[in-house]
Amino acid sequence: MSHAAQFDRDARKKAFDLRHRAVINKATTTYSTTVAKTKAAFLDWEFGRQNIRQRKWEAINHLDRYLEEFEKNARERGTIVHYAKDAPHARTIVLDLCRAKNVRKLVKSKSMLTEEIHLNEFLEEHGVKPVETDLGEYIVQIRKEKPYHIVTPVMHLTKEDIDQTFHELLGSPLGSSAEDLTAIARKELRQEYLTADMGITGANFVVAETGMISLTENEGNARLSVSLPRIHVVICGIEKVIPKLSDIPNFIPMLAVSGTGQQVSCYNTLVGGPRQPGETDGPEEMHVIFLDNERSRVLANAEQREILHCIRCGACLNACPVFRTIGGHAYGTTYQGPIGSVLTPLLRGYPGWKHLSYGSSLCGACTQMCPANIHLHHHLLKNRRNAVNSGAGKWYEKILFIGWSMVMRCPFIYGFGNFFGRMGQKMMRLLRIEGTILDPAQNWSKTRAVGTIAGKSFHAWWRERQEVNGHYKTSRPESHS
Amino acid sequence: MGISMVQVLERLGHEVEFPMGQTCCGQPAFNTGYWKEAREVASFFVDVFSQADVIVAPSASCTAMVRNFYGELFRNHPKAAAAAAVSGKTFEFTEFLVKKLGITDLGARFEGTVTFHDGCHGRRELNLKEEPRKLLRAVKGLELREMGLCEQCCGFGGTFSVKFPDISTAMGEAKVGSIEETGAQYVSSCDPSCLMQIGGILTKRKSPIKTIYIAEILASR
Repeated sequence: MSHAAQFDRDARKKAFDLRHRAVINKATTTYSTTVAKTKAAFLDWEFGRQNIRQRKWEAINHLDRYLEEFEKNARERGTIVHYAKDAPHARTIVLDLCRAKNVRKLVKSKSMLTEEIHLNEFLEEHGVKPVETDLGEYIVQIRKEKPYHIVTPVMHLTKEDIDQTFHELLGSPLGSSAEDLTAIARKELRQEYLTADMGITGANFVVAETGMISLTENEGNARLSVSLPRIHVVICGIEKVIPKLSDIPNFIPMLAVSGTGQQVSCYNTLVGGPRQPGETDGPEEMHVIFLDNERSRVLANAEQREILHCIRCGACLNACPVFRTIGGHAYGTTYQGPIGSVLTPLLRGYPGWKHLSYGSSLCGACTQMCPANIHLHHHLLKNRRNAVNSGAGKWYEKILFIGWSMVMRCPFIYGFGNFFGRMGQKMMRLLRIEGTILDPAQNWSKTRAVGTIAGKSFHAWWRERQEVNGHYKTSRPESHS
Repeated sequence: MGISMVQVLERLGHEVEFPMGQTCCGQPAFNTGYWKEAREVASFFVDVFSQADVIVAPSASCTAMVRNFYGELFRNHPKAAAAAAVSGKTFEFTEFLVKKLGITDLGARFEGTVTFHDGCHGRRELNLKEEPRKLLRAVKGLELREMGLCEQCCGFGGTFSVKFPDISTAMGEAKVGSIEETGAQYVSSCDPSCLMQIGGILTKRKSPIKTIYIAEILASR
């Protein structure tokens, strides 16, 4: 099944799933209320957005320079830097490290990039056990699902669902409270930590100036993944680099507010390298793997480069009425919602993925919420244009719009079309085919009533009025002067 | 709809001209990715309207297309300057009344409770929020009741509504749910296309709530 057909099928299934709608609406409504409250504490949120945009612009537009600066500074403190061209390359780097260091089990903090490269499945196939330590990701992992949302992986599950999952898979008693459930996961995970040989984390920001990694989280699981196992591996996209340490305090509150509505997330950690001589703790080795995976192609596209400014806060997903309707799984992608609908076709090609850019009403709620001020819905438009220009459009649409353009430039035929529409609607109603499969407009009329076209058009009203007033004008462009 | 807009403008003493040759601003093709065809039709639009002092549209969506997207559509095109001139003098109806003319009280009377839907193009492309509300609040007999999700998309989205009819309808249902919660008799908007979507779902549900384009309220006496 094509990606587009899968999207259609799964989206349709979720669209009228009222339980799903209620769960997601509750989550996004709570989110919106909390965000509005926290945002109100900002002196100037708009300034914050411009600020992020500026700093990210600088980073992305001089990415080559900052990547090298990071590499140099990180190396000085003993960090080993790798560059991976694509997903197989990145997976191989991780597996080679596991084999060289005899790693049988590793703990992971939340990282969408490892989802992008399907790292967990790959490691399992090769005899290395990855354990997700973020509570949401842990639940997703034991349920053998994909994250539903880039920030809130189990947004689609209620406390009762998780209780049921833990009961079935971990043998906990039914009816456990949220605190009990957390304690159960904590106990399971603590054992995994103690026996893990490697910790894998992502990076929210990578600081070129100091060769540091910045991690933002709420559970403390990321810093434990960094500090407990003997090897720490960071995997992140090349676009995560920012120039200066002083950029960090500008990003962290914006990320926290947009991500979860917190003023600041519970744990923000800067990691500056492996254990240094004379230090008593920390990993023996630290590796940073930068993944390209078609990001440099987006970087080369000046018009859409700003997509790389994204800080993965998930605000656009929460704001998106399409996401709220179809949920995160229907997209069939690593990144869901508006950012996913913009980014996936850019990274993975229009022929397979352009449908995501079309699956939006272009309402702009995403753009309004984006803390990096990325004009997401305008990029959907650009993706659509680029898809058509690259020949990935549908042949019948092309014919339709060529015909449409001809009619729209010929007012006489346009007027005739309006007349024909009136007649057509009367006929259809007479024959009772409105909303049936015989109805050419069934994609509208199956689920929605068709408004009755006014008996008399504005054109006709205007023409009669002009005739009565005695100053009828024809307003063809050439005579309208 | 268009008739009400003409009535309001003429009562204010403006001379209204309706170029009979007009058709479409080009948005359907533009939003679907067919910019060449969109440009052909938009170019025709520019020719038809270039002589006007001010262009007032009974749709925030069409206004946003002309004002915000013609620049991109006509980039490096011989008609760029003419298109920019047309963009600069195109206004959405309530925007024209409130922002350009500074009028909020039209002396209208309309008995009923009304909830207002902020169309996406009006709200987020043209940055309209208070303009239609100021006008509605000044209408005698009218009670304005805000809905919870007034800024959420109705799900229309042009060709989106027929390309993804199920997603579009489900989005509309969420919108209609919010409208129904207010207990209002009417739902109004600056965008007839949103009202077509909302109305389609209301009618299908046999709801007594009626859709009404804002100019129709403002023209009532």
